[in-house]
Amino acid sequence: MAIGLKKTDVVIVGLGAVGGVAALPLARAGLDVIGLEAGTWLTPADFAPDELRNNVRGWPQAAQKANHEVPTHRPNASAAYSPRPAIHPMMNAVGGTTLHYWAQSWRLNPWDFKVVSETSRRYGASRIPKGSTVEDWPFGLDELEPYYEEVENELGVSGKAGNLNGKIDPRGNIFEGSRKHEYPMPPLRGTGFTELMATTARKLGWHPFPGPAAINSRTYQNRAGCAYHGYCNRGGCHVSAKGSTAVTTIPKAQETKRLEVVTQAIVTTIEVDKDGRVSGVNYVKNGEEYFQPADVVLLASYVYENVRVLLLSKSKAYPNGLSNNHAQVGRHYFSHNTGASVTALFPRDLNNWYGLPAQGAAVDDWADDNFDHSGLDFIGGGNLWVYSDRRPISAANMSTFGQAPQWGSAWKAFVKKNADRWNTAYLQKTTLPYEDNYLDLDPSVRDPLGFPVCRITAEFNDNENKIAAFVQDKMVEWFMTAGAVATEKGPIGTMGPTTHAYGGTRMGNNPDTNVVDRWGFSHEVPNLGILGASVMGTSGAHNPTLTAQALAWRTAEYLARNWKTIGK
Amino acid sequence: MANTADDERGTLSRRELLKRVGLVGAAAASASAQALIPAAAMARPAEASPSAQAGALGREALETLTAAEADTLEAMVARVIPTDDNGPGATEARAAHYIDRALSGALASSLEAYRSGLSAVDNYARASKGAPFARLSTQQQDAMLQDMENNVASGFAPDASTFFNLVRAHTIQGTFSDPYYGGNANFVGWDLIGYPGVRLAVTANDQRLDPKLIPTHKSAYDYAMFSRTRPARASLKRRDARWRLV
Repeated sequence: MAIGLKKTDVVIVGLGAVGGVAALPLARAGLDVIGLEAGTWLTPADFAPDELRNNVRGWPQAAQKANHEVPTHRPNASAAYSPRPAIHPMMNAVGGTTLHYWAQSWRLNPWDFKVVSETSRRYGASRIPKGSTVEDWPFGLDELEPYYEEVENELGVSGKAGNLNGKIDPRGNIFEGSRKHEYPMPPLRGTGFTELMATTARKLGWHPFPGPAAINSRTYQNRAGCAYHGYCNRGGCHVSAKGSTAVTTIPKAQETKRLEVVTQAIVTTIEVDKDGRVSGVNYVKNGEEYFQPADVVLLASYVYENVRVLLLSKSKAYPNGLSNNHAQVGRHYFSHNTGASVTALFPRDLNNWYGLPAQGAAVDDWADDNFDHSGLDFIGGGNLWVYSDRRPISAANMSTFGQAPQWGSAWKAFVKKNADRWNTAYLQKTTLPYEDNYLDLDPSVRDPLGFPVCRITAEFNDNENKIAAFVQDKMVEWFMTAGAVATEKGPIGTMGPTTHAYGGTRMGNNPDTNVVDRWGFSHEVPNLGILGASVMGTSGAHNPTLTAQALAWRTAEYLARNWKTIGK
Repeated sequence: MANTADDERGTLSRRELLKRVGLVGAAAASASAQALIPAAAMARPAEASPSAQAGALGREALETLTAAEADTLEAMVARVIPTDDNGPGATEARAAHYIDRALSGALASSLEAYRSGLSAVDNYARASKGAPFARLSTQQQDAMLQDMENNVASGFAPDASTFFNLVRAHTIQGTFSDPYYGGNANFVGWDLIGYPGVRLAVTANDQRLDPKLIPTHKSAYDYAMFSRTRPARASLKRRDARWRLV
C-alpha cells in the first residue's frame, strides 16, 4: 500500500506558474496547503550564461520527469505521427517554466473574451470559422481585471499602461482594456534597435509600445532590476529579476508557514471517495508511493499533464477519467499560432547581443479585432514583436538568405559580416479550438512508470493560416520600412508540443461543453479545481501566462472565500 | 521509450510498478544542476588508446576517437569553417577537440554515427580520389564535402547529407560555444562574429546601435558565481545505472 500521509486542507499538483500563484491567497487565508512539485529547487548559481547547455542541449529539461512524458502528435486521426521531440517544452522545478520563460506578461484584450458575440455583432455569425468550437468566456475582461492587477503586483510586472480608467495613453498599448492602475514598475528599457523599430512603426501610422514583462525594470520587493545580460531565455535569471513564482509568490506563501513544499513528487493519479468527491492524490517520491489526502485538490500542472492525470484517474464514479462524464476532458485543445515568423537582414550591425526576449517593441494594430475585418476572410489577428536577444551559436546558425552557401569560406565571410545584422520577429496570432483538435492518451507510448503519455491530435485550420499570411505581410512591411534589405517568412509549423498550449479542461457555464465552471472548479467534482491555460478557451494574440496566473489567483481566492461549502 | 508490455495501471503487478517507481524516483533524486545529463550521455565511458594519443602531435589527448578518426574529423572541420583571409577557423577554435570530448559526454548518442560516418568518409575518399580524406587537397576535400551535402556521396548510413549536417552542426557548436567545453579556443569563434562576450550586467549604453564594446574574453564559468555549478562537460567519471530508465 502507498504510505498514507496526514490530511491537509488543499493539495496543489505542480508548483509552477499557476500552482505557485494559487498557493499564496490560500496560505494567506490560513488554509494548510501542500504543494507537490516533480522538480527541485534551483538557485541563481544554476543559471549560468551558457548557450550550449541552456539553449542547444536543453538544460534543464533534458533529464526531467516531463521529458519522459513528451506528448506525441499527429495532425489528424488518419495522419502519420510527427517526429517526437527529444525535449518537453516545459520544465519541472519549484517555479516551473517561469524560471526561464520569456516572462512577457500580457493581459488579454477585451475582444478575446467575447470572440463569438463580438464577431457575430460586427460581421455576422457566419464569420465564426467552420468547425470551431469557440465560445465566449463566461465573463469579460472587467471581471478578471482585479486579479490581473493582484498578480502583476505580486510577481512584479514592468510595463506602460495604454488605457488607464478609459484614458488612452499612446506610450502604452492603446488597444488594451481599461486598467485601474499603472503597472507596478516602468517598462524595461529600449535598445538602439527596438527604438529604431518603434520610430519606424510610428512613421507607418501604427502604435508601438514596450511590452509588459514579469521582470524588474528596477529593484522591486528586495529583488534586483534586470541585468540585460542576454541569457535568461531558457537560462534563467542569475539576479532573480525575473518574477518567477520560485522567487515571488512561493516564498511569500512559505512565510505564512501554511505552505509545505514537497519536491521530487511525481503525481500519478487523483483518488475519489464514495460520493464522487476527490479525496487526495497519489504520488511517487524517491521510489516510494504516497497518498496525500486533502479536502480540496487543485490540479496545476501543464496543459498536457492536467489532461493526462484526469484521464488516468478512473473510478466507478468517473469511468472515463476524472471529471470526464461529459466527455469534455481533452477537447478544445489548441496550440498558439506562433510559428510563421519573419526574419530580416539589415545592412548594419544591430547590436542585439544583449537583452532579453521581453525587451522589445510591440504593435497591436493588427491583433484581435483592432482593425476592420469586413473585407477579409478571417477573424482575429496577431501581435507583432521585435526584441533584442542574440547568442553566438544561434547567430552563427543564421539564415544566409540565399546569398551564401552553408559552409566554407564564402559562408564564413557572410556570417562574419552579418551575424549581428538579422532579427526574427515573434508573431503571436489568434488561434481557435476546433471539433477535430483534441488531446487523449497515446495508445502505445508510455512513461517509465507504464502510464500512457498524452497524445495531441491537432492541426491549424484556414483561419490560422490566413492570419499568419496577413500578419507576416505586415511584419515584412515593418522590417523593410526600417531599412531591412531582405526578409524571409518562416513556416507555420505544427500543433505539436508547445509552451503555448491551451484547452483540454475548458472553463464555461455549460457543463456539456466545458470541464470547469466560471470559477475554475469542475462541473462534476465540486472539490476539484483546475488551474492553467488548460481552462482557457481562446488565446488572443499574446502570451498566456499572466492570464493563467490571474485565473489561478481568482480560483484560489474563490476557494478561500467559500471554504465552508467547497472544503466541507 | 515506448513500453507496450502492460495495458493499464490496473494490470501492472505491484512489484513491477515499484520497480519502475524506484527507477524514476532515483532519477528525479539526482536531477540536481550537476547531474542533468541525458541518459544517452551515460551510455559509454571515455576510451582513448595511448597509441592514438601518441600519434597526434600538437593535439589535445583524444578522449573518444582514434587518431585516424580524429585526423579525418580535423580535416573536415577545417573545410567547414576554414582558416582564411577572414582569420582563424574551426582548426584554431579546436572544434574537433570539442567534438571528441563531447562524444564521451553530451553527444555520446552520436558516437556511432561518427564512427561509421568518418569511416565512410575515408572509404569514399579512397574510392573516388585515391587517398584518405585528410591527405586530399583542399579542393578535393571541398568537392567531396559538396558531394556529401548534396547527398550524392555513397557508402553512408543512413546517408551522406545526414552525417555532413551532423558534423556541420557540431563544428559550429565547437567554434561558437563557451570555451569551457573545449572549443572556441582563445575565443576565436566569438571574435570572428563580433560577439563582445559574456557579461553579467549590461548597461543601456552597451545596447545602443554603436556601442564599441571591448570583448570580455571570459567563459561563463570564469565568473565566481557559476564556477561551482559547472555542468559535466565531457567524459563522465562514473557510470550511473539509475539513468538508464528505458
